[in-house]
Amino acid sequence: MHATSMHIPDGFINAPVSALAWAIAIAGLAVCIWGARRQLDEKTAPLAGLIAVFVFAMQMLNFPVAAGTSGHLLGGALAAILVGPYAGALAVSVVILVQGLLFADGGLTAMGLNIINMGLVTAVVGWFVFRLVVRLAGTSRPAVLAGAFLAGLIAVPVSALVFVLEYAIGGTGTINLGTVLAAMTGVHVLIGIGEGIITALTVGAVYLARPDLVYGLHDRSRAALEIRSAASTPAAESGSGPSQQPSGTVGG
Amino acid sequence: MRKGIWLIIGIGIAISLVAAGVVSFYASSSPDGLEKVAEQHGFIDQAQDSANATLPTADYAIAGVENERLSVGLSGVLGVAVMILVAFGLFWLIARGRKPSDPGAQGGQAVVPDSSTGTRAATN
Repeated sequence: MHATSMHIPDGFINAPVSALAWAIAIAGLAVCIWGARRQLDEKTAPLAGLIAVFVFAMQMLNFPVAAGTSGHLLGGALAAILVGPYAGALAVSVVILVQGLLFADGGLTAMGLNIINMGLVTAVVGWFVFRLVVRLAGTSRPAVLAGAFLAGLIAVPVSALVFVLEYAIGGTGTINLGTVLAAMTGVHVLIGIGEGIITALTVGAVYLARPDLVYGLHDRSRAALEIRSAASTPAAESGSGPSQQPSGTVGG
Repeated sequence: MRKGIWLIIGIGIAISLVAAGVVSFYASSSPDGLEKVAEQHGFIDQAQDSANATLPTADYAIAGVENERLSVGLSGVLGVAVMILVAFGLFWLIARGRKPSDPGAQGGQAVVPDSSTGTRAATN
């Protein structure tokens, strides 16, 4: 029997909060489509597709984390680092959609919650952690590996905390929030270590083969904004003036 | 030499097929983090089967396939195939959508058809 894989089943969270989560998830996905349209091009669109396929496959591989407990990759941090936060969140959301519709993995009512927690939250958190690390530590290979590891490590427990928040608002059972919060955080830090290792290995492999494909090192959305603003400020057109470099741009 | 994007795609899909089709059988079947906490803190019984739990592909097992290794492996391969169609299709549509209908338009400026476009085109 394959373990149900870290997805919220139907019944944990009541119908109104699940419906609200669906609405938030749809709004979030709309923003992601809008953002991905700016960030993707002919080269990165197939890469985003591959990342979604890869995350689906890796989510089937539950690894043991503690006595009688398992976890698997969530993948939002990995996807965000490689193809940007918008396309990354979309990639994981497509995984959740296929898992829910084709394999009845994760509730249909609860799918909005799962899209928020595993798609949107992990991509956003993973993205900002990675960007922070490469901004502070640079874009050397150790820095990129450390950034990818920390992005995965931190994204998973944050996702678990969002679940506890959702349960506090719309949970159907009576629980001690404090002890559940502690238990969820503890086990998901352990799962986060696995997430961090897989994220670092995958980002490291792509970095070795084609560093230009690691989106988190070349934020093209900023470059696009620069190009667009160049219309009003011609001096920025070359993008080489030090004063014109946005502080977040890293790498080449 | 820089490796081509489609070579990387091919390698990635091969890895995904092996992971989902073969290695998945050896995945831990222990309850995951959320399940474990729900068991220990008394809310696991609130879980309900989703509406499509009777699908012949539910829970990564193909109905009628007795061999568990084959059943989960086929599920994995099926999932990878569906993911390729859905994900590559979605991102292809999104990347395609950023191109305006005008075939001559290139680059980021053309994405925003604002009022200044005409002026910019004239000055270029």
